[in-house]
Amino acid sequence: MTRTAPPRGPARPLRPGAGAPARGFGLALLLAGVPWAAAAQPADQAAGPLGLGRPATANEIAALDIDVMPDGAGLPLGGGSAAEGARVWGGACRSCHGREGEGGIAAPLVGRDAAARPPTVGNYWPYATTLYDYIYRAMPRNAPGTLSPDEVYGLVAWILAKNGIIDDEAVMNAATLPDVVMPARHRFDPDDRLESDAVR
Amino acid sequence: MAHRERSVDSSRPRRVGLTRREMLAGTAGAVGAAAVPAAAQQAIDTTRRPGPGPNEVGQRSPFVTPRRDPSSTSSRTPLQHLRGTITPADLHFERHHGGVPAIDPDRYELLVHGLVDRPTFFTLADLKRFPATSRICFLECSGNLRRGGPETLPQMVCGLTSQTEWTGVLLSTVLREVGAHADATWFLAEGQDAAVMSRSIPMEKAFDDAMIVYAQNGDALMPGNGYPARLLLPGWEGNSSVKWLRRIELADRPFMTREETSKYTDPLGDGSRSRQFSFVMDARSIITDPAWPRVIEPGWHEIRGLAWSGRGRIARVDVSADGGATWQEAELQEPVLAKAHVRFRAPWRWDGGAAEIMSRATDETGYVQPTWEALVAARGPRTRYHQNPITSWTIGADGRVLFGTERLQS
Repeated sequence: MTRTAPPRGPARPLRPGAGAPARGFGLALLLAGVPWAAAAQPADQAAGPLGLGRPATANEIAALDIDVMPDGAGLPLGGGSAAEGARVWGGACRSCHGREGEGGIAAPLVGRDAAARPPTVGNYWPYATTLYDYIYRAMPRNAPGTLSPDEVYGLVAWILAKNGIIDDEAVMNAATLPDVVMPARHRFDPDDRLESDAVR
Repeated sequence: MAHRERSVDSSRPRRVGLTRREMLAGTAGAVGAAAVPAAAQQAIDTTRRPGPGPNEVGQRSPFVTPRRDPSSTSSRTPLQHLRGTITPADLHFERHHGGVPAIDPDRYELLVHGLVDRPTFFTLADLKRFPATSRICFLECSGNLRRGGPETLPQMVCGLTSQTEWTGVLLSTVLREVGAHADATWFLAEGQDAAVMSRSIPMEKAFDDAMIVYAQNGDALMPGNGYPARLLLPGWEGNSSVKWLRRIELADRPFMTREETSKYTDPLGDGSRSRQFSFVMDARSIITDPAWPRVIEPGWHEIRGLAWSGRGRIARVDVSADGGATWQEAELQEPVLAKAHVRFRAPWRWDGGAAEIMSRATDETGYVQPTWEALVAARGPRTRYHQNPITSWTIGADGRVLFGTERLQS
């Protein structure tokens, strides 16, 4: 990837002292009774690696490692407010998501009514960090990967403020974004279908 | 000439060689064949003119025109045109979130990093050097149901599933190469498309049957199916088998990407709770023939269809011709593979009266394909993904076969 496209944004160290790991949601269930860790130590492990591939340097990894986790790991330096985000919104987002984020040819992003459909950031997204990850990763649709970290932070702030989740003046950055508690934070349950042959 | 057989020509007068005029005519016929409409070709006596010779890449007969049904984000396999279980690569369904990237295989690299001893880039050639393995399994988009009107093709009902013989390397082999840490519990799979598609996958699946595949029915992957390499998670919703795989990162917790939070989750009950990480595709079946737009004659027919389950092997398929009042067990075409499409067939004599044909799959875990009513009762009305209801086709007194819309009313 480093040879096929320019790195998307600056290399970003993990945020030091990032909060406690996200809850191991559903993990105990998924891994219950499955001794995969034992299976990960096959007999041929003793023979060592086959020697394929080439070592990846820290800089090469940082150039590709764009994901942001709920505890803030992966968030870059920089920051933005709703007012700053509003300026980016008008040029990059409004034509698809609507003037106030009410939706258009793309999904609505604003709305707190839990019964409303389709879902919005305000009533369905469990983590604010996912907003950063996704906007930086894939938006705007016609030019993904072109927004700077400051622009993305601003858009995240604008969307969260429009949903009434943060104050209009709040600045989103690597320290503040992971602390935002989303209204839908606790609405998700792990998949329980395989515990039974009944329809679930 | 009058005695000439259509396909066996041992009695045909033999001549050695062709005249120059015949040669030219034959050549002209070969060059022009592609441009001649099928109806016009039908008028040509194929025994009187040499046909085109071998060529570099085969094409279907001009009389055979299966087509996917593309939208801006997906295309659907024409299930009604297929007779076996392997989907031709050019008819495999597609679901894209940022279009199809054009990736130069000589510049392609896969990064595996995170909780590993040796963060490593693998070229396509590296991936092909690993011990290879092949597996036949289905892929299915978890949004694979349309409740259309009576004039709905099988392709439109659930054409977002296809089956392939995939070849590649077991992900567990690659993870041994990089020294996966025992405390890794999830990995991120990330694509090189414009959506930079990303999903968190439990490591349990990595050490079960996950693969990185670079071949589709023995050939290179089609661009729309992930060329040059993709993740393959047998039996799991298609979105998690990330295409155009560029990065795998091992971690001790899920990443909570957009596709596994705001999308691909299932509102339950009144919609106040949602199911997350619902990877496995439940058992399902569909009758692909007879189906709309066929018009059938009274008499003997063979009911044919596909059944599959992400939980394992299909154990049985039952078929009803009276709207579910009575059922008979269909024959399954061997081999019946785990997490794979299987063909089922059942003889049926249509007496000319109103009939409704339907199929119901049961897998080896005992899971039985539900009715629409049972699905809605179990999940509420808001689930959009993982809908696998029994579907039906009705036959009117005129022999017209129509999609059984009544079965999917809620």
